[in-house]
Amino acid sequence: MHYYRSHVLVCAGSTCVTSGCRAVKETILEGIKSHQLEEEIKVVETGCMGFCELGPLVVVYPEGVMYCRVKAEDAAVIVNEHLLKGRIVKQLLYQDPNTRKPVPLVKDLHFLSKQTKIAMRNAGLINPKDIEEYIAGEGYFALAKVLSSMSPEEVIIEIKKSGLRGRGGAGFLTGLKWEFTAKAQGTQKYVVCNGDEGVPGVFMDRSILEGDPHSVIEAMAVAGYAIGADQGYVYVRAEYPLAVEKLRHAINQACEYGLLGENILGSGFNFDVNIRVGAGAFVCGEETALLASIEGRRGEPRPRPPFPANEGLWGKPTLINNVETFSSIPPIILKGGEWYASMGTEKSKGTKVFALTGKVNNTGLIEIPMGIPLEEIIFDIGGGIPDDKKLKAVQTGGPTGGFIPAEHVNVNMDYESLDELGTQIGSGSLTVLDEDTCVVDLVKFFVEFCQEESCGKCAPCRIGTKRMLEILERITRGEGKVEDIEALEKLCNYIKNTALCGLGQAAPNPVLSMLRYFRPELEAHVRDKHYPASVCAFPFDSPCQNTVEGGVR
Amino acid sequence: MMKQIKSVDELIKLKEAALNKIKERQIGNKTTIVVNMGTCGIAAGARDVMMAIIDEISKRNISDVIITQAGCAGMCEHEPMLEVIKPGMPQVIYGHLDKEKARRIVIEHVINSKVVGECALVQQA
Repeated sequence: MHYYRSHVLVCAGSTCVTSGCRAVKETILEGIKSHQLEEEIKVVETGCMGFCELGPLVVVYPEGVMYCRVKAEDAAVIVNEHLLKGRIVKQLLYQDPNTRKPVPLVKDLHFLSKQTKIAMRNAGLINPKDIEEYIAGEGYFALAKVLSSMSPEEVIIEIKKSGLRGRGGAGFLTGLKWEFTAKAQGTQKYVVCNGDEGVPGVFMDRSILEGDPHSVIEAMAVAGYAIGADQGYVYVRAEYPLAVEKLRHAINQACEYGLLGENILGSGFNFDVNIRVGAGAFVCGEETALLASIEGRRGEPRPRPPFPANEGLWGKPTLINNVETFSSIPPIILKGGEWYASMGTEKSKGTKVFALTGKVNNTGLIEIPMGIPLEEIIFDIGGGIPDDKKLKAVQTGGPTGGFIPAEHVNVNMDYESLDELGTQIGSGSLTVLDEDTCVVDLVKFFVEFCQEESCGKCAPCRIGTKRMLEILERITRGEGKVEDIEALEKLCNYIKNTALCGLGQAAPNPVLSMLRYFRPELEAHVRDKHYPASVCAFPFDSPCQNTVEGGVR
Repeated sequence: MMKQIKSVDELIKLKEAALNKIKERQIGNKTTIVVNMGTCGIAAGARDVMMAIIDEISKRNISDVIITQAGCAGMCEHEPMLEVIKPGMPQVIYGHLDKEKARRIVIEHVINSKVVGECALVQQA
């Protein structure tokens, strides 16, 4: 095998593609060619490295130097200086916002060094189109281990020991789900991977599918062995063309290498994976709607029970897990459930990927042990709020989640602590709001999202979300009435208690959370026609009061 | 088309072979070879020296070696020069190199942990 003295990794996650990484890669390749360095330097396209704010990213190994916001013309400088002469290009390095000093090495970046990467262990480090790079990092070793030395029961015991909970939103114990499906009666069973990531601002599943598709395929095969299934389906939304392409390529490669198909590794175990591309409806992330969509029916939820573990795809027992959940499985099998359970808190084990977005300096994907304080995420990893603005709140759980107001910023990020605050981890969105964000306006956006995405099957969700939206629109237009607040509260409770599926039941969450923490702001809108954040300022725009110190109107 | 993997042993073998593809990206106990590539070094033939090292490493299939470059070390008359930093051994700066000497350094110093005395300029404990 040829030895390259240097590997240049170009991030080709969707975010970096939109910010122009393709041109960067071409320029680097051209430069390498013109300096005749082809024999010395290898260029690798990887999946998302997580630091999307600073894309396109280029990392040069063996030193591990990271370059940020690289443009095509900068790429030529990297070739001339770093690759040819071995000199680090200072002006392209990440600059620590506090010390104003450049940080050359990946390992020294706060954003990355504070993370513990398990589900995202390979994304951004390997070429997702080369199965051998995945195998080099002990890829498919978990599958080999279960097929050669573990019984299906032992696999389930190991997953139960790990305490892993579903990362898609509900947080149900994965081991239990596997056990229920394994115990269900039936000769034909299915494994389904839920890649219908629909929450605005969340993109960890896409990143994993794009950057490390084999980890999902391997975990699905492991699950198939544990529950007795020989067929798997990955449900991905059509808005993720790159993820679909990488996944399809990975499945074909796995089949070529004999890691999918019949008699895998000589064990007699058969497993195949197919892709189902969804049209991108939010409700299809709900498991019963997702199953209906795979079967070719209209994507509408149905009441549970029966749960999919007993009656799923085509009425057969079906195991459904989310992408991030699956990609955490191979390390658990290899290192043991106890290793995984040693991270996190008592009831929330392991690590979780969060999508850090909004008014924060370092946006991107972060994977951290459960239970670390929110403060650390925002001010340490996230680098604080831009322009020295004040933190107002953090919104978690997407359009069906709630707020963590600034006074609770030291809350530990785990399922239980967030539950106490009336919000949820959900699929892992963290939207940071500063003093210029109007909570009422944001809640209106979320309600609008749920209203548009409601499938319309049950009345509380179909009509209820519409009425909520109408009230909120009225308030933000400056036509709110005092009775509106009470009406909102009532509506929320009706919808929460009577809607058919998770989407409807959770749709009032942001409104309830607003009523709990930001009632004064809402009342100011309705009663005083005063808009503290100057967002819904129609018809009186009074930005001075908000932007000038001293509150001059 | 790639031959199918039929057993766990074959998977382990493939992994060992594939490891070279990503080893450069893993930080670990590695030997670092720093080639001085200032104008003086390049004029004296540092590029040939480096290519010889890459070729030798590639031929012998060793991959826990990092090759980096540095500028002029201020001892231009001793160029081409390079420094070998191997964990557990003194750091050695070699000078007056050519392709053959470079290959010897890879074999004797990097692989067999023996300093090539006649090419060495400086040793630091």
